[in-house]
Amino acid sequence: MLYGYFAILVYILIALGFAGFVILASHVVGQRKSTATKLSPYECGMPTIGPTLRRLPIRYYIIAMLFLVFDIEIVFIYPWAVIYRSFKGFGFFILGEMLVFVGILIIAYIYVWRKGALEWE
Amino acid sequence: MIIPTVPPSCYLVLGAILFTIGVIGALTRRNAIVVFMCIELMLNAVNVSFITLSRFLNSPHGVMFVFFVMAVAAAEAAVGLAIFVQLYRTRETINVDEINLMKW
Amino acid sequence: MGITVPQINFSIIAPELIISAFALVVLLLGVFFPRTGKNDYLGYVSLVGIVVAFLYTFPIMGKSQYAFNNMIVADGFGVFFKVIFLIIAFLTVLISIGYARRVDIDFGEYYALIMFATLGMMLMAAGTSLITIFLGLETMSIAIYVLAGLMRGDRKSIESALKYFLLGAFATGFLLYGMALIYGSTGTIILEEIAAYIKSKPELLRSPMIIMGIALLTIGFGFKVATVPFHMWTPDVYEGAPTSITAFMATGVKAAGFAGFIRVFFSALGAFQPDWIAIMWLLAVATMTVGNVVAIAQTNIKRMLAYSSIAHAGYILVAFVAGNELGTASILFYLLVYAFMNIGAFTVVILLGKRGEENVLISDYAGIGFKYPLLGASMTIFMLSMAGIPPLGGFMGKFYIFSAAVKAEYYWLAVIGVLNSAISVYYYLRVTVFMYFREPEREITGLTFSPASVVAVIISVWGVLYMGIFPSDILALAQRSITGLL
Repeated sequence: MLYGYFAILVYILIALGFAGFVILASHVVGQRKSTATKLSPYECGMPTIGPTLRRLPIRYYIIAMLFLVFDIEIVFIYPWAVIYRSFKGFGFFILGEMLVFVGILIIAYIYVWRKGALEWE
Repeated sequence: MIIPTVPPSCYLVLGAILFTIGVIGALTRRNAIVVFMCIELMLNAVNVSFITLSRFLNSPHGVMFVFFVMAVAAAEAAVGLAIFVQLYRTRETINVDEINLMKW
Repeated sequence: MGITVPQINFSIIAPELIISAFALVVLLLGVFFPRTGKNDYLGYVSLVGIVVAFLYTFPIMGKSQYAFNNMIVADGFGVFFKVIFLIIAFLTVLISIGYARRVDIDFGEYYALIMFATLGMMLMAAGTSLITIFLGLETMSIAIYVLAGLMRGDRKSIESALKYFLLGAFATGFLLYGMALIYGSTGTIILEEIAAYIKSKPELLRSPMIIMGIALLTIGFGFKVATVPFHMWTPDVYEGAPTSITAFMATGVKAAGFAGFIRVFFSALGAFQPDWIAIMWLLAVATMTVGNVVAIAQTNIKRMLAYSSIAHAGYILVAFVAGNELGTASILFYLLVYAFMNIGAFTVVILLGKRGEENVLISDYAGIGFKYPLLGASMTIFMLSMAGIPPLGGFMGKFYIFSAAVKAEYYWLAVIGVLNSAISVYYYLRVTVFMYFREPEREITGLTFSPASVVAVIISVWGVLYMGIFPSDILALAQRSITGLL
């Protein structure tokens, strides 16, 4: 049984070896010139002005929240789509059930929309 | 090449370990959002166990259960986010140690 | 895995369907026709929905029908609990009609969430599979998390929502893991199939996996019904939440928790009764004692009622331990009478407050008995009933519970229960003493009594008196309801 893992071991060794080789090679071959800019914590961008932790508008949280709730409903639609064809003769009934499900989601959507949660001011 | 099979007990142990990490995290961390993340970890540990058992027992119920757990977890996360935002607005903190207006 | 169309029978979930439809309507009415400060009409629409759902419980009474692949059942037990939940929801909406406006939470969402929570409770009582029970529990809990924190400007309300949310979600994790382990040991999620499987394989009785599952389930349900040592959230959440929601939580959530508890433990895990009885015995004693002793020290009436609700969960656990027919019937009886007396007491708390001045300290009750004689008399009735003084409903409830314990030969448990009941008389009577024998330190003036809340008090007084004086009808009904469960 352990034989199967041998390939994985070889793979890990190659990956580690290659990463080590690249770092070593650049260390040996590459030239180093230190300047003040290069020694600063971040090489790119500009020195920051003011606090870096800015407050985000609350809108982002509301959109994230709504996305989370509506997005997860797909988890119920996928299995439905997968088995839909195997229900011969019950097609309309099954379709109707999904319409009810989506209808409830639409009610939720209308509620969110009327509540003004989708406005970005 | 032979693909080795991992015995289901390994996944169950993985689920148990994740669940324990979640419980310990939820009890020891102080930031409400981190506490909630630990609780989500507990739920996902349960999901791992359910899927393993479902596959092992060859019954679809476990997978069905996972769908519902995921949906419920999303709903809980949405409500939780709203509560955290509201809490920060009134208290300027989400440290659970500082949220102590009421004590016996 | 063959696919078959499950047997569909909408009539047995008619109350649930009606409640959800009305909840959606109220939700949409609230956003399409908002009338700031005049949203009482939403409460009346909700009342209509609850009454219609109640009427639809009659066709499914007295039958035992399964539907949706045995995931849900309309049996006596489920229907009795549905009636309890609908009564609780009705009273909660009634007491909300003036109160919600006073604390500025009278949006459509408020009433819709109460109905969604009721829907979850009914699913929990009717569910016969682990999935349905879990979904019902979460539908109820998520709605209640929001309701507890609905007073957005109030720091205590948000704090109570946070505490309830974090601890509730934590408990859900335990409950789910327990369900996963039981599913793993038996290979099914239908409660009766679990019981049948355990019967066919007696070696499972010593399987650590399923015993662990039972322990985790006990923790999960223990949190929901607030048993010691899983009760820490109760006083804080009950104090901070809007008072109408506190009444709803103390009665509805507790009843739903016990419905799920009884359903899972008696119809699926009955074979393990000798194992869990010892733990339940300890839980019952700890819950009664801690609840009653700590309640004595409280100065805020909402906190006092919170600890008293913990103590009442302890009494119900006594009947749970007894486990016989009378015990289970007395749980149903007690939960019904508890709904009346507890909601009644919280209604009096609501009526004694006004905008910006909630008057929730017990010392605020000084002199109320003479100033508002009828209100004082009602509060006295509720307090005496909770303390278990005859001839009120609370006394009959406790009487049935303790006789069930004696019948099952748990003499010590019954003795401890009666002693606890005696302790509780002290703090319940203290409220009455304050109302009639203390001079008020300051005047409470300008109270406006919402007519709907007054109706709720009248219904509650009637319920407590009726169940105290004519208890046999309701007990007989409860006994009929549980046939086939044990």
